Parts: sequence; structure tokens; C-alpha cells
Amino acid sequence: MSTFLKHLGGLLVGLSLTAGIAAPAFADAKLLNVSYDPTREFYKEYNAAFAKHWKDETGENVTVQQSHGGSGKQARAVIDGLDADVVTLALESDIDAIARNTGKIPADWRSRLPNNSAPYTSTIVFLVRKGNPKGIHDWGDLVKGDVQIVTPNPKTSGGARWNYLAAWAWAHKEFGGDEAKIKEYVAEIFRRTPVLDTGARGSTVTFAQREIGDVLIAWENEAYLAGREFGNDAFEIVVPKLSILAEPPVAVVDGNVDARGTRKVAEAYLEYLYSPEGQTLAARHFYRPSKPELVPAEQLTLPKLDLVTIDDPIFGGWAKAQPAHFGDGGIFDQIYKPAR
Amino acid sequence: MKNWRQPSILPGFGLTLGYTIFYLTVIILIPLAALVWRSASLGWDEFVAIALDERTLLALKVSFGCSLIAASINAVFGVLTAWVLVRYHFPGRRLLDAIIDLPFALPTAVAGISLAALYAPKGWVGSLFAPLGIKIAFTPLGIVVALVFVGLPFVVRTVQPVMQEIDREVEEVAATLGANRFQTISRVILPGLMPAILTGFALAFARAVGEYGSVIFIAGNIPYVSEIAPLLIVIRLEEFNYAGATSIACIMLIISFAMLLLINLLQMCSRRRYANVR
Repeated sequence: MSTFLKHLGGLLVGLSLTAGIAAPAFADAKLLNVSYDPTREFYKEYNAAFAKHWKDETGENVTVQQSHGGSGKQARAVIDGLDADVVTLALESDIDAIARNTGKIPADWRSRLPNNSAPYTSTIVFLVRKGNPKGIHDWGDLVKGDVQIVTPNPKTSGGARWNYLAAWAWAHKEFGGDEAKIKEYVAEIFRRTPVLDTGARGSTVTFAQREIGDVLIAWENEAYLAGREFGNDAFEIVVPKLSILAEPPVAVVDGNVDARGTRKVAEAYLEYLYSPEGQTLAARHFYRPSKPELVPAEQLTLPKLDLVTIDDPIFGGWAKAQPAHFGDGGIFDQIYKPAR
Repeated sequence: MKNWRQPSILPGFGLTLGYTIFYLTVIILIPLAALVWRSASLGWDEFVAIALDERTLLALKVSFGCSLIAASINAVFGVLTAWVLVRYHFPGRRLLDAIIDLPFALPTAVAGISLAALYAPKGWVGSLFAPLGIKIAFTPLGIVVALVFVGLPFVVRTVQPVMQEIDREVEEVAATLGANRFQTISRVILPGLMPAILTGFALAFARAVGEYGSVIFIAGNIPYVSEIAPLLIVIRLEEFNYAGATSIACIMLIISFAMLLLINLLQMCSRRRYANVR
């Protein structure tokens, strides 16, 4: 019962839209980092590391406030006027939406930092119950027998979009690009999904705590965190042979930093993500560092697998994939159209 | 309608009416006007297309249908609960009375999470129903459960004070005049309570229609099956489709307003019929 309460508490904290950290009164610089759901634990550590680094470098104190939530919701908050100095979101298209709707970020923002402005990457894996009773080893096994799947709603969750695209990428290879068969496979996945939570964290809780479903399709770092959080003896992580390279991008919000005079520290904050310390912290939180050569070898434990990127011709980049798959009346909407 | 301005001993009618209208305008009408304004950026054809889209219609059906069922359940059991609290004195009555208000104070997310945990197939309550093949959480049934929870206090709190006013003598008189118990309840007690019950029903219903936080945890959110209209609004917002979101909101607003108006009319009728019973 007490563990249940602990998780409930943890979840509630996870649900609160903004987890602002109270700033000490003597802070010289303040940054607001608007981020998405699963980065909570990582940025908590990174912010402390960066503050120390900045203090050593310039003698200036810096306090970083965090805000977490579903990636799309967070992007909308910035569009509606949340004064973020930096955004660290799940999808390129969310930062693109901010750029398009506010003009506070230049259209070519991706080229400003290494690796398309993605300091860490991740991928999509499966979390199954201990002993893998349903024998799930790859994407094809998800639609066999009576397997039940848990994945969030691609309409409201950035992570869910990656899940969907990873499934699509596998099916594309499996069925030699036969569109009808790919759609049928992806539709079958969602037919086996009894609950569509609105965010990745919600799905993790549904699978781990409510014990719904046989397999959770999840961010790699979320799957490892779930193992740590709910006990490693309850679940196993299954790495499929092929998955998608998720590149959660970061950007300085020029319009806001110029207004607040925080440009220098905001840029340094993002650049430090690419430093040995930033990269090592990312690895420790189960992200894949984009510069693995800077990270001690024993931290690089994540398994190798085939990764398809969003810029692969099957998707043609976010600008094309977002409306085609997840827009109003897009392929995801068609999947649910009741057959009449 | 008689003379609309009833003479009053206290002056200040103009001032108070002016204040009331100003207050309602600032707090309610301006935001709602902004909503209508925002959806007006769509053409009429697009608005109708969104309104008649099958997914919108089904989401509205789930929202209003489950809200009506939940408000009806609350109307019956809320009256029962109020009756027990008003008529009987027993140890722990005060405590029970205080517990009634909890759903008002609890963050809806907490309610949603706890209910989902309880009614999930492996949960304490859900596991009792699972062998019977009844699924509660992640179906429309789960939505009703959540809405009953958030709406419970409304009926109890609106009916309670009216019940306290009913004299026991009235029941005794009914009994001496040869009414059996059922008749006493249905012909003597309930008619007088009807306006209050309707008010409570309307409040519980209105609250249920607008409910989001507790429902999304237990609904399952499957399009065309257990997707509520407020979630559809959120989905439209996620698509950065403000016009689409506000049109669904407008449609909800119109339906809610029409239903509340209807309930108010019913109340007036029942007041008129039983004007002698207070």
C-alpha cells in the first residue's frame, strides 16, 4: 500500500504541469527550460551540473526552472506566451510549430547546434512482463495470439508518434512497402490497445501498475526508468531488431532570451549538453548520447540495433509525416474509422 | 408574468442589477464570447462539417450520455443519502456529512487515478467483476463511475436544506388520512423536493459534461467508443487547430445551455404545481 501511495505521489508530481523549482533570492540569472515528460529526472541532474559549471566559468549564479508535460501541450504553452528561454521537446515538429506561430525561433533552428540540434537521441523498445510469457521478440509478435498492447495516443503524445512510426518502419521493411499491408498491421496494433493514455507516463503507469496489457511500447529511457521505479524483477526490456531513431531536439527561444537578456547563458546551457559531462549524464539516464566518444565506455550500455530516421524516404521528414499520419483525417484517424 | 419589478423595502435595485450584469459579463460572457469569436474564424460550412463529423458526434454522445446517466444515478442516491443524513441521528453522522464534500475538494486527477486503480481488471473492485465478464475501467461504464463520483455532492447539498424544512407532521397527517408509505413518499414528500432535486441534477449534469481530469484516466480514450468531447478538444489543440477545438467547445456550450434551460423550465413548472408545498 505504501508503495502504491509512493507511486501515486510520484505520478501526481508527474502530472502537475509545471514543476517550478523555487529560486533563491540571490540568483543572478534565471532560465526557464520548457521540456517534455520523460526528461524530468535527467534535467534535474543536468541543471545542477550546469549551474556548477557556469559558476566556475563566469562566477555567476544561475537557476534553471523546469516545466514538464506532454510535448505538444508544452509547445502550445510557449506559443500562448510561456516565457521559455530554451525548449527541449520530443519532436522537431513541436519546435517548428513554435517557430511558425510565434516567429520567436528562426526557421533554420536545427542547423544551429550539432547533430540537428539533438544532443541525445533515443529509440523505441518493448517492455514485457517478467519471463516474457507471450514470447515477444520483435514487431511481428505484437499481433500474434491474444497479445494486448499499451501505447499512448499519437494525437496527444510525442512518444506515441515515435511508437507508431517505428511500427510503420518495421512493417514497411517486412511487407516490402505494400501500403495496404502496412496500414493493416498498424491498425491491428491499435485494435489490440485497450487504453490510449494521453502521455507516455500515463501509459507506463497503466502497464506497470494497473497491469493492463502484455507489452508496453515505450521510449527506451522510459522503459529503463520503469524497471528502476517498479522493480527490475517485474519486467523485461525487449529490443526489436529494427526501430526508429528519435531525436528530441533543443532550441533557444530567441525572441524570449533577447527580451530577457539571457541569450548568453541560454546558449551556454544548450551547448553544455554536448560536453563530456552533459553527454555522460544523458547516458546515465538511458538516453543515447549523440557524441558517444565523449562518454566513458562503461556508461554506454544500450544495445545496438537498426535505426530508421524520420528523414528516411518512407517518411520524408516531420514536415511531411506529421500531417500525413497524425493530422486531422490522416492515416491514424483513418485507422479508427469504424467499418460500415 | 406580473410586474417584473417587485416592490422592495430596501432601495438599490438599479445598482445591484447593474452590478450583477457587470459581474456576469466579466466573469462568464466575455470569455464565452471570445470562444464563439474564435470559432467564427471558420466558415459556416466548416463549422457544420466539424459538428456533424462522426467522431465529434460520437464523442458528444459519450459525453452527454454518460453525464445524463451519472446525474440520474446521483439524483436517486443523492436524495437517499440526504434523507439518511437529515432524518436519522447516528454516531459518525457529522463525519459522513463532511465526507460528502470530498469530491468537491479533491483534484480530479487524484479521483481519476484512484478510480482507475480500483476498477481496473486487476483492481480491488474490478477483479470482482472481471470473472463475470464485466469490464468497468477503460469502457464507457468507467466514465459513468467517474462522473457519479464527481457529481455526488451536488444533489445531496441542494436537497438537504429543503428536507430539513419538511415537518414530520406532514407525514403523520398523510398516514392518518390513510396514505400508505409509498404514497406518502411519492405524493407528499417528493413533490416538494422536486425543484431541489432538479437543481442538484442540473448541477451534477453540468459538472459531468465539463469533466476532463478524472475521466481521461479511466475512459480508455478509444476513438468512437470511449472518447469524451473534452478530450477531442484537447486533441484538436494538439494539432494546433484552435478553430476546430473552439467549434467543438461551442457545440458543447450550445447543447449544455439548451439542456440547462430545459431543466430550469421543468423546475419552474414543478414549483408552480406545488407552490403550496414549501
